[in-house]
Amino acid sequence: MTGAAAIAFPRLGRLTLADFRSYAALDLSLSAPLVALAGENGAGKTNILEALSLFTPGRGLRRAELAEMARIGGEGGFAVAIALSEEGAPLRLGTGLEPRPGEPAVRRSRIDGVPVGSPAAFAEHVRLVWLTPAMDGLFAGSAGERRRFLDRMVLGIDARHGARVNAFERALRGRNRLLAEPAPDRAWLDGIEAEIAPLAVAVAAARRATVDRLARVIAAHRDDASAFPWAGVVLEGTIEEMLTTLPEVEAETRYRALLREGRGRDAAAGRALAGPQASDLLVWHGPKDVPAERASTGEQKALLIGLVLAHARLVAEASGIAPFVLLDEIAAHLDPRRRAALYTALSGLGSQVFMTGADPALFADLPAGSETFLVAPGAVRPL
Amino acid sequence: MTRATAGPEIERLIQLLARLPGLGPRSARRAALALVKKKELLLEPLADAMAAAVEHVGTCSVCGNIDTTDPCTVCTDPTRDGSVIVVVEDVSDLWALERAGAIRARYHVLGGTLNPLDGIGPDDLSIEPLVARCAAGGVAEVILAVNATVDGQTTAHVVTDRLSHLPVRVSRLAHGVPVGGELDYLDEGTLAAAIRARTPF
Repeated sequence: MTGAAAIAFPRLGRLTLADFRSYAALDLSLSAPLVALAGENGAGKTNILEALSLFTPGRGLRRAELAEMARIGGEGGFAVAIALSEEGAPLRLGTGLEPRPGEPAVRRSRIDGVPVGSPAAFAEHVRLVWLTPAMDGLFAGSAGERRRFLDRMVLGIDARHGARVNAFERALRGRNRLLAEPAPDRAWLDGIEAEIAPLAVAVAAARRATVDRLARVIAAHRDDASAFPWAGVVLEGTIEEMLTTLPEVEAETRYRALLREGRGRDAAAGRALAGPQASDLLVWHGPKDVPAERASTGEQKALLIGLVLAHARLVAEASGIAPFVLLDEIAAHLDPRRRAALYTALSGLGSQVFMTGADPALFADLPAGSETFLVAPGAVRPL
Repeated sequence: MTRATAGPEIERLIQLLARLPGLGPRSARRAALALVKKKELLLEPLADAMAAAVEHVGTCSVCGNIDTTDPCTVCTDPTRDGSVIVVVEDVSDLWALERAGAIRARYHVLGGTLNPLDGIGPDDLSIEPLVARCAAGGVAEVILAVNATVDGQTTAHVVTDRLSHLPVRVSRLAHGVPVGGELDYLDEGTLAAAIRARTPF
């Protein structure tokens, strides 16, 4: 799989919302590769990005519960539909929450009017990558945030990763619970650790493969003079280090031994100290060769944008579908030179990009053929 | 909000039916209507069958199966090989294996799987009675037919440990390629398990 493989560039032609967040109804037609949504705070710009983010597995861009997305004053449900054109064949995707009297509301998803079991089925047609202001503290924040960021990236390449991580974390919680008992059953611990080890190695191996691939994408587009500095990325963790020299089966045996030897220590700590649950994605500012968290706030933002652009390229390369790129409140914190560089970089990506910003003037420099919409509460019109 | 459309007897029937696995309120309503419409043909025989079941059904004191006799039909069947015990999590698994008809052995129902998060430990499962059955003699092999889940396999591990001091062969079901399965569609974990558990051809 190289960049030479055919990549599809799906385009969103139409978005309709019903009872979604602040929108009772919205029917938006668009066509441009770069789409900007301008409007005051609270006008509903991010709601549109969030609606699009529902076409990928997992929680949406705000990591909110589905029920929270239903419009207040509505029936308790909502619907989001998009029309895609790829290679001229239009495709309708829809998802939403259907309220049921006396029962919990149920998620429904459809492709061209045919119900599909889960939103995972959308991955055949559309992929998404996003950057929100909530991610600004990614480098300085906790390792857990970075693991979540990485796991979302892995999920875009390997759909089974989510289930794997859940099974691993659940088994690990079971072991913690056992270790908290005064005299834990040793055979039970042996059994649970025998099950944890292969899961842990599978999680670590999937993350490692993704980071390696991301590093290759970054290297292929490396430009020391770019406004968005290239990022150095490496995964730090017990099993990840084992996997650099050992086959997976061997790493399983080693990790299992490590868990057995570490029982006393882990019991005292109340959690397992070594393993993929403690791994970290280390990022550094490539051209300056300093850890990302030591770069200035502006540099960190630029680095993050560079990382998200690399993520978009990785998804395109791995899945054969150029992802929609959702950039929330992106332009405000960039100086005019960086903003112009961003628009150039986004045009070069080939993906369809959706940006939000308070001031329409921020989008004045968008290349010809882009579209800017003005978002007012409950309504959106082209500028 | 919704007004009752039938008397309390029918409403109660619907409510109870709705608690059955596989039935929602809507299908329970449909089932209740079918029963009431065919009162002599369906409702009365069903009520009699249920009353008889309430009277006689119990758990087998030997293996944990559910039957109307104790010991159960499986345990008292002289044509079965008493030297092999198939260990299952639940009665539904016993029934599934019996449907497959792949083995004429005796069973042992554990009554669940170990799960520290739900507070289910070895004492909550029927592990000691299994050890006692094996210790009493006459058992040559125990086949662990538990689910290939983390909880199922952890349980298998503990059962194996508890039986380790007895002269009993312990085996487990093969893990890997399902019958009619295509390799291309299997996940890496299943493929790795299949390679590890390969058998001479």
